[in-house]
Amino acid sequence: MSALTAVPANILAAGTNNGSFVTPSISYAAIAPILIVLAAACVGVLFEAVLPRSQRFYAQVALTLAALLAAFIDVIAIRGHSVVTASRAIAIDGTSLFLQGTILVLGALAVLLLAERGVEPGSAIVAQAAVVVGSPADRRLASSDRVQTEIFPLALFAVGGMLIFPAANNLLLMFVALEVLSLPLYLMAGLSRRRRLLSQEAAIKYFLLGAFASAFFLYGVALLYGYADSANLSDILRAQNTSTQSDTLLYLGFGLLIVGLLFKAGIAPFHSWTPDVYQGSPTPVTAFMASCTKIAAFGAILRVLYVGFSVSNWNWRPIIWTVAIASIAVGAVVGLTQTDVKRILAYSSIAHAGFILMAVLAQNAQGQMDVSGLSSSLFYLAAYGLTTIAAFGMVTLVRDGNGEATHLSQWSGLARRSPLFAVTFTFLLLAFAGIPLTSGFTGKFVVFRAAYHSAAPLVVIALIGSAIAAFFYLRIVVMMFFAEPAEDGPSVVIPSALSTIAITVGTGATLVLGVFPQPLLDLADHAAKLRG
Amino acid sequence: MNAAHGIQSAAWLLVVLPALSAAFLLLMGRRADKWGHLLGAIVPVVLFGYAAMLFFSIKSESGQGRIRDLHLFNWISVGNFNVEAGFQIDPLSLTFVLLITGVGSLIHIYSVGYMSHDEGRRRFFGYLNLFIAAMLLLVLADNYLTLYVGWEGVGLASYLLIAYYYNRESAATAAKKAFIANRVGDVGLSIAIMLMFAYLGTTSFNGVFAGAGNLSHGVVTAIALMLLLGACGKSGQFPLQTWLPDAMEGPTPVSALIHAATMVTAGVYLIARSAPLFNLTETGRTVVTIVGAITLLYGCVCAFGQDDLKRVLAYSTVSQIGYMFLAVGLGPGVYAIGILHLVGHGFFKAALFLSAGSVMHAMNDRIDMRRFGGLAKVMPITYGVFVCGYLAIIGFPFATGYFTKDKIIESAFDKGGISGWILGLASLLGAALTAFYMTRALLMTFHGAKRWEDDVHPHEAPRTMTVPMILLGFLSLVGGGALTFGGGLQNWLEPVVGKPEEAGIHTISPTVLLALTLVVVAGGVAGAYLVFGRRPVPVTQPAGSPITVAARRNLYADAFNESVLMRPGQWLVRGLVFFDNKGVDGAVNSVAAGFGGGSGRLRRIQTGFVRSYALSMFAGAAAVLAVLLAVRFS
Repeated sequence: MSALTAVPANILAAGTNNGSFVTPSISYAAIAPILIVLAAACVGVLFEAVLPRSQRFYAQVALTLAALLAAFIDVIAIRGHSVVTASRAIAIDGTSLFLQGTILVLGALAVLLLAERGVEPGSAIVAQAAVVVGSPADRRLASSDRVQTEIFPLALFAVGGMLIFPAANNLLLMFVALEVLSLPLYLMAGLSRRRRLLSQEAAIKYFLLGAFASAFFLYGVALLYGYADSANLSDILRAQNTSTQSDTLLYLGFGLLIVGLLFKAGIAPFHSWTPDVYQGSPTPVTAFMASCTKIAAFGAILRVLYVGFSVSNWNWRPIIWTVAIASIAVGAVVGLTQTDVKRILAYSSIAHAGFILMAVLAQNAQGQMDVSGLSSSLFYLAAYGLTTIAAFGMVTLVRDGNGEATHLSQWSGLARRSPLFAVTFTFLLLAFAGIPLTSGFTGKFVVFRAAYHSAAPLVVIALIGSAIAAFFYLRIVVMMFFAEPAEDGPSVVIPSALSTIAITVGTGATLVLGVFPQPLLDLADHAAKLRG
Repeated sequence: MNAAHGIQSAAWLLVVLPALSAAFLLLMGRRADKWGHLLGAIVPVVLFGYAAMLFFSIKSESGQGRIRDLHLFNWISVGNFNVEAGFQIDPLSLTFVLLITGVGSLIHIYSVGYMSHDEGRRRFFGYLNLFIAAMLLLVLADNYLTLYVGWEGVGLASYLLIAYYYNRESAATAAKKAFIANRVGDVGLSIAIMLMFAYLGTTSFNGVFAGAGNLSHGVVTAIALMLLLGACGKSGQFPLQTWLPDAMEGPTPVSALIHAATMVTAGVYLIARSAPLFNLTETGRTVVTIVGAITLLYGCVCAFGQDDLKRVLAYSTVSQIGYMFLAVGLGPGVYAIGILHLVGHGFFKAALFLSAGSVMHAMNDRIDMRRFGGLAKVMPITYGVFVCGYLAIIGFPFATGYFTKDKIIESAFDKGGISGWILGLASLLGAALTAFYMTRALLMTFHGAKRWEDDVHPHEAPRTMTVPMILLGFLSLVGGGALTFGGGLQNWLEPVVGKPEEAGIHTISPTVLLALTLVVVAGGVAGAYLVFGRRPVPVTQPAGSPITVAARRNLYADAFNESVLMRPGQWLVRGLVFFDNKGVDGAVNSVAAGFGGGSGRLRRIQTGFVRSYALSMFAGAAAVLAVLLAVRFS
């Protein structure tokens, strides 16, 4: 192991405390947003038990939105907090608060999509998940307005896990958070009202592969514990200077840990679940996964790399290089031949994950990890999440007799049926492609600028990748505007206020962050501080 | 430089008002069809009223106090490059403002009648107002960059108006031709502006003129020649003259206002405005005079081969602007005479065009002089106005041309030396040819036997058309005398372009020259009468002599442009298109096909089987660990 440099002071605020076991003191103020969300989730479970079925839907929606809003207000109230609490297991700092705030906003928008009943009676969620597909009961329930309302507490539990995930300073807590956020998602993926078999298949696949990835993660934690004698990230960092254990433990532990995290973020070659699960899940759930899960997973990756491995970055840089290139290449190239809009967006998300990952390669002149990588990925995540929610929200509106019409051929000539839809969706696609005056451009620009100094060839590859990816975005645009509409093609449903709000907020943010990105850039710069 | 005050501070209205009106007319759509033309016509009248007040306000000042600067806003501020948008209100710009709004008002009013049967009349007035706004911006600008905006604006308006009948193939082609020829000139102007910025760091008139004295002779000459190129494009001067006759495809009021009285004289304005620059470069001035002399003869020769009345007048415009170029090229003291001829030409050419328009209006939009004849009795007012313009342009004693054009001939001789003789003789010959082709046009249109087609029933134009025509006809007769009375216009322009030339050494005594000019003009008239007045005019074009054929084909300028510029350009474009299709597109398409093929193969990995997904994850994890171990043990 080569000489280790000191921890960069600009990233790691001082304040680690290497004491013997003491009763953990907990700063409840700092973790209040997490507690609000988890408590509301428990109340939601109680609602299921005590409220009559007819009242559950609206009560659950109101509770969920209120909880997310309250937690978001609390996050704003405790802005500027920077503490490591609960026996140094959880770090509430600028980065965690920024990510938590983003997840709460996106979560609320996703819940708005989940609660949409205007496009399909009873919403996109199955009436009763346990009924056998194709049975008489299933057919009867399909047209009823019953809903498996447990999805709302499940969403809250998932959000709770997502709030902890990027704030976890202890790898064991991080694992717990990983499971808390994953288990509800596995269920939610299987709750589609239409195409139930596809949805259930997606849920099973997601669960099996997720369990597989968790095993990698857990094994990695075990090896790192063996190396550092602690599962605490700052201890692991310090151990890299002092440990007498074999470095092999560190390398293998890091490798297995990062594989588990890359899986959650949907980065190639650990992306294979993404297209199938995105396609099979109810579209509002896909929107939730594609934005919130991705942000939480990246939050964890950023914390692990910046806090736990910031000084040995020369070791893991080749890994990040490779998987970032692989992710961009797979996303852009395989996306070319997709014919389903949801799958196209899934491959797009794989390519975007590669772009975001580039940011952690940013180094300053001294070869330390640069804070610009952190702040630019924070901006990119927020911008990408908002665009994604709006895009999936719009996918739910194109319907024919069989529910959502997601095959590309069904979208031909859609601009003639609904010019507003086509123009808005085109705008979102341009944002995914990174065209100026959209948030996608600003995000790509700040990330590429951060990475350019230390990873210029990767930036070039990323630019080529975005050029290739632009093809499949533009293909949708061409289909919508320049193809003849099919005879019995789908129509664009006018949604209720809920989806309208979610789509408007997402689209509006995409425009505003493309035209006036400075306030959020400043906020991300300000927030880019980590404590360990 | 004094700041504008009082009524002068509202000069921005001169540009804003017509621009707003144009926007209003063009954006309102069909809703404004009923009254749009009235709004469009009233705007220049209001502007003329304001310009007249501005005139008296400036006239009450004296000397350099007549140059007023109106700062508007800070337009561009990049690094050390600053452009203040502002207006310069001085005798030169004010002369143009009065000409543009005055003649413009009359032509707008005329158009109300002329276009009354046209469905797009509102659009037409929208474009006309746009032109007025751009043209006033051009002449009022106090720096070259703002001038350039106006310059491009009038080019756009001209393009839109030439192609006003856009569903007519010839009009669309003519508009494109005008646009392209103007682009060539505009490149010259923009290079001149870039040179100013590169060497002087400013584009304001004051800054450029103050700094030009310290520049090397080469740079000043380069700037001057580039300005001249711009002027040639806009004013239809050699070698960029071929677009102007084709521009007659536009409605006749447009030909009168834009392609005769105002826009095409912008080149003369540019050179007169840049007088301090041209004063520094003998070479630059010589080139201007050569261009002027060549063009004035070229226009005369081509004009007599035309059977289309408007094209005769168009070539006559080319030729008359050649006179103006010759004048402003002669240098200090003669600028004012160039401007004098410009204003006079504005009057009489507008009168000629409007009466030609009246003839067209009467003859079901036919314009072939061979099918006219004998119109004098049917359309006495039109005939009278045409005669006024005719007398003015040939320089009949005490009509406008007598005071303006003859001064240019005199100044050309007075240049002295061989060049003075050449330029003087060229302008004298031009005067004879002008008399010749104008007499021909007069005789073929209004005299002789009726050669009308059967379905034509000529009639006099309505009042809205005849009143402006009569006013312009009157101005053609007396305008020149009024402007030169007591050295009027020349003294007025003195603060900007310098003192009028002292009556110094004359190559030929003015009296002799005057007599000589009158003799050659009379010769031209007599010649035309002998050829065209005493014999019946054939209804179809006779074969004609080689010179006539050459004149009809505008001395093969179009043929030259087509074979030397257009064809090779087309070949080049075809070659590039071929290269683009086969080379560039081929490369792009094969790359795309490569990616598509790769995508097709790669997507097969996505089998849908969770076991193979797990395997791929496992393989990925194994690879990650292998890389890390390789790093570890290397």
